[in-house]
Amino acid sequence: MKEEFRILSTTAILGYGFPVASFEEGMKRDPHLIAVDAGSTDPGPYYLGAGVSFTDRDAVKRDLELMIKAGVERGIPVVIGTAGGSGGQPHLEWNKQIIEEIAKEQNLHFKLALIHAEIPHEDVKKALKEGRIHALEPGVEGAGLTEEDIDATSRIVAQMGIDPFIAAHKGGAQVILAGRAYDPAVFSALAVEQGYDMGLATHLGKILECAAICATPGSGSDCMFGYIGEDYFRVEPLSAARKCTTVSVAAHTLYEKTNPYILPGPGGHLDLTNTSFEQDTETTVKVRGSKFVPGDQYAIKLEGAKRIGFRTVSIAGTRDPVMMSQIDHIIQAVKDRVADNFSSKNLKYYLNFTVYGRDGVMAALEPLRNEPQAHEFGIVIEAVADTQAQADTICAFARSTMLHYGYEGRRATAGNLAFPYSPSDFHAGEVYVFSVYHLMDVTDPAAPFAIDYVQL
Amino acid sequence: MKTKLTDLAGIIRSKNSGPYELTMDIIFNDYEGFEQVRGAKVINEELVSKLYNITPDQIVGIVEFEPAKAIKITIRRPLCSGDLGETDVYGAQQHAPLLGLEFDL
Repeated sequence: MKEEFRILSTTAILGYGFPVASFEEGMKRDPHLIAVDAGSTDPGPYYLGAGVSFTDRDAVKRDLELMIKAGVERGIPVVIGTAGGSGGQPHLEWNKQIIEEIAKEQNLHFKLALIHAEIPHEDVKKALKEGRIHALEPGVEGAGLTEEDIDATSRIVAQMGIDPFIAAHKGGAQVILAGRAYDPAVFSALAVEQGYDMGLATHLGKILECAAICATPGSGSDCMFGYIGEDYFRVEPLSAARKCTTVSVAAHTLYEKTNPYILPGPGGHLDLTNTSFEQDTETTVKVRGSKFVPGDQYAIKLEGAKRIGFRTVSIAGTRDPVMMSQIDHIIQAVKDRVADNFSSKNLKYYLNFTVYGRDGVMAALEPLRNEPQAHEFGIVIEAVADTQAQADTICAFARSTMLHYGYEGRRATAGNLAFPYSPSDFHAGEVYVFSVYHLMDVTDPAAPFAIDYVQL
Repeated sequence: MKTKLTDLAGIIRSKNSGPYELTMDIIFNDYEGFEQVRGAKVINEELVSKLYNITPDQIVGIVEFEPAKAIKITIRRPLCSGDLGETDVYGAQQHAPLLGLEFDL
């Protein structure tokens, strides 16, 4: 019987940390691979568009020091997916510098592979012309994307599947730092290359990419260990405080997914219709029956973000029941006053008031919008405009107008708002939105993702 | 007698499923509760439309996942995550209407 393939996943997102004791437990199990996912689109479009990491540099360095040192000393490959959270070129460069620092400070020498995931705008436009772009936004037929949309997009990345990782493993890399990657591929590629089942390896990768989140109690900052056998895989927590149960592992399969039975990814989908979860030992779970079904056409997912302006916000509150009862009217009146005051300036702006205590969290989805129970409202005034200075102007004017607006029945003529801070207005900086979220058909799954090797 | 969903389901959560969808997981404490709610078709399109102030065409799916004794509701986000007007970038606080749910079994 074939030996189990062993994978140590250190943490849910690189930089979220893990206990050294758990990591050492994992190293005792003699892993074939140490891997971590570093990315997510959850924090929104800003990080992708602006080329900034949403995780902290020192925290990322701390996690990588432990992983790289242990991996290099024992010759175990270390793989990082979706560098810097979004996996674009600046994110890859940011993480590469951290690795170079670690190598220098720890006097470690190894071969580093960098796998690029940013897709040139021209390539996406070419694919659009050739009919190889398909929208992922529900309800949108065909591409739902124009050349102008692509031109306006600051940065486009694609999610790589296992092929670029396999190439880098074969290229002799000790450490692989990848740009945007399908989360499970970081964990599954080497196992698939060594002949283990793609469906099992991918499903295990889906679980390991969130590390100990699939245990009970769950944690985003603890290690998890995976074993792949001939027709099963097993997951094991590495802290005595946690267990994997059939329900905790099955429940994780639901996490952030639309349909837990069919999970699309690069080159096909994972089919969990016949998957079974079995309690293996008291703390480990054994999973069987997960299948990978290749698609007719290999497609990679594109993600892009574009800058739409700059944001200034002001945070305030009101405790006045008369004001609260008229809040919609007051907001509209302030918006009208702002529009009128700058009507000759031809300013393009977005002015929004978020009212906490009423529908500040759920907005359009809030069923209790018209029957708020709160005795106070928090109000975030937000202005977005082409320049920061213009956003400042609109925000400041809206804030001062709201502060002194004379609404019907007002008793409190000295001021309508409580400001927690001086200054009251803050620069939130560049504003990005997702502008590309599409599939792109490719003939070679590895070709869009160039690999460089660096000897450290 | 009314049954509370929170008495049967220990985990009720929401999160983005990609930037265009929002998905709610109801994970039951035991198979008995899961089967009761599933059998009575408590979680249906009409209920979800009412709880979330949406029309039924905004519901992507309601899926029962037996291995986790869970029911999953997925709806379209009113906005693509992070668009102007966003109030919950991660979608992590959209589960609340389910917490107050009561029904006859």
